[in-house]
Amino acid sequence: MKLLVIAGPPSAGKTSLTKQIIKRFKDELRVAFLKIDVVKAYEDIELSREFQIMTRKIYSGDLCPDHAGVMVLGDAVEWAESKAADLFIVESAGLCLRCSPYLNQGLGVVVLSSMAGIHTPEKMGAMVSLADIAVVTKIDLISQAEREVLIQKIKDVHPNVILMETNALQGTSLHRLYELISHSEDIDKDNLYLKGNPPIGTCTICVGKKEIGWKHHFGVVKKLDGQIAEYLYRGE
Amino acid sequence: MIEGITILPGLDKAGSKERFEKLTLIAGETVSIVGPTGSGKTALISDIELLAQGDTSTKRRILINGEVPAEEVRYNPALKPIAMITQNTKCFTDLSTEEFLHIHAKARKIVDKKIILDTIELANKFTGEKINKETRVTVLSGGQTRSLLIADAILIGAAPVILLDEIENAGIFKQEVIDIIQSTSKIIIFVTHDPVIALLTKKRIIMENGAVKKVLCQNEFETKAAENLLELDKRVGFIREELRAGNEITKELISVSFA
Ligand SMILES: Nc1nc2c(ncn2[C@@H]2O[C@H](COP(=O)(O)OP(=O)(O)OP(=O)(O)O)[C@@H](O)[C@H]2O)c(=O)[nH]1
Ligand SMILES: Nc1ncnc2c1ncn2[C@@H]1O[C@H](COP(=O)(O)OP(=O)(O)OP(=O)(O)O)[C@@H](O)[C@H]1O
Ligand SMILES: [Mg+2]
Ligand SMILES: [Mg+2]
Repeated sequence: MKLLVIAGPPSAGKTSLTKQIIKRFKDELRVAFLKIDVVKAYEDIELSREFQIMTRKIYSGDLCPDHAGVMVLGDAVEWAESKAADLFIVESAGLCLRCSPYLNQGLGVVVLSSMAGIHTPEKMGAMVSLADIAVVTKIDLISQAEREVLIQKIKDVHPNVILMETNALQGTSLHRLYELISHSEDIDKDNLYLKGNPPIGTCTICVGKKEIGWKHHFGVVKKLDGQIAEYLYRGE
Repeated sequence: MIEGITILPGLDKAGSKERFEKLTLIAGETVSIVGPTGSGKTALISDIELLAQGDTSTKRRILINGEVPAEEVRYNPALKPIAMITQNTKCFTDLSTEEFLHIHAKARKIVDKKIILDTIELANKFTGEKINKETRVTVLSGGQTRSLLIADAILIGAAPVILLDEIENAGIFKQEVIDIIQSTSKIIIFVTHDPVIALLTKKRIIMENGAVKKVLCQNEFETKAAENLLELDKRVGFIREELRAGNEITKELISVSFA
């Protein structure tokens, strides 16, 4: 089974791109789709209705969405394999930009709208810098010069990313993406790892303690002034 | 070097194959694309800009010098031999004109810093209201943006193929643009509803229902007609500038310009 993880800010065009990919592959591959979002998502209903493929969604709710992603992805891969899917597409929510959902196997695709601000690629951190492929959407809405300026910005952040531009509503110029998907290797589900480093976690705030001020907390505590307290600071 | 661009037929909006075998445009040639609104003019030049390989809604394919362009040429702006001015005349990037041109020049691997001011200077030849290097591109008017992008296409894009989508609609000095562009050895394609531009180009592609319907070559009579229309256009332009400058049109003015 091939794995494709698609990430990007809200309304960047992830689902529109996903639709083009499904349209292209649905006759040769069995496609399964998972949407991870925080509060609300409709992609599962929309895509299963339009393409009759297997879909699921999961809300992270109170959990950090990347955390949720890591937790559920194992089960989700099992699910897709049990349904004999050949291509498993995971659409991830905009998330908090600290982390990226890409794995050591399969392809990681970041979707960026060409209408997004010029500093977006820098602000998106690991979601851009750890992606294998960057797809710039909505090129029908801006000038060529402006598109090239945005592309240059993405290259500044990630010089080796494979870049492409598309009008995701029409699926223009996606040949290269399709080739990369066709040639991507099947995953080995027992050896899936996050590409990026997860944030330093398990502090008392993460587990729900509401008291204000670092004295009340242990785990990794950040003070207002100064560095993060010594690694794994345990409170006083 | 680009000697020619070849368009291979795709499908019209109904899915039938276009009725031409291939269409080659050669360096130094000016071409206009005409046809009713919605007939696929913009789609045709977008195909050229994207160097389509059957992967756009029209399914056309584009060759450079008779060959399928390398992947690298399709995806790397620094290697792309094509500059396009789209119908959209709004910039979203929150940068000053100078910064914007600077990053674009970098994307096109140009090191000479002088090009930035040269581009602004050229843009100011096309527009009545001057652009400053500090002006943010987001606040430029439609005509100013268009002028800047045309100057950018000529100097920074410096591409051997230039595609212009309805430049006449932005209230810029059309004549200046045509003069500068026609004196080059580039392939220049105008999508246009303007009879002067259509008659001044050597080839005319007529679109209908998403397909190329016909290709005509400029004849001797048309060149004459273009000259007459151009004369008329200049007079209209003269009156327009008088109005823009807040002047009143007097009997004398009329007799000078429409004698
Ligand atoms: N003009 C244009 N509109 C686009 C393009 N891609 C997406 N859109 C529109 O942008 C909006 C958001 O697109 P989606 O594909 O739903 O974006 P998304 O990234 O899946 O959004 P979330 O999953 O909600 O984060 C929709 O209205 C699309 O029709 C494009 O290339 N051109
Ligand atoms: N051969 C085709 N097959 C499918 N769709 C097409 C084809 N040609 C054009 N279209 C679509 O038809 C719509 C109108 O085309 P386009 O924008 O190119 O028209 P236009 O001639 O530039 O119109 P205008 O003069 O209003 O700018 C677009 O959505 C375009 O993608
Ligand atoms: Mg979506
Ligand atoms: Mg058009």
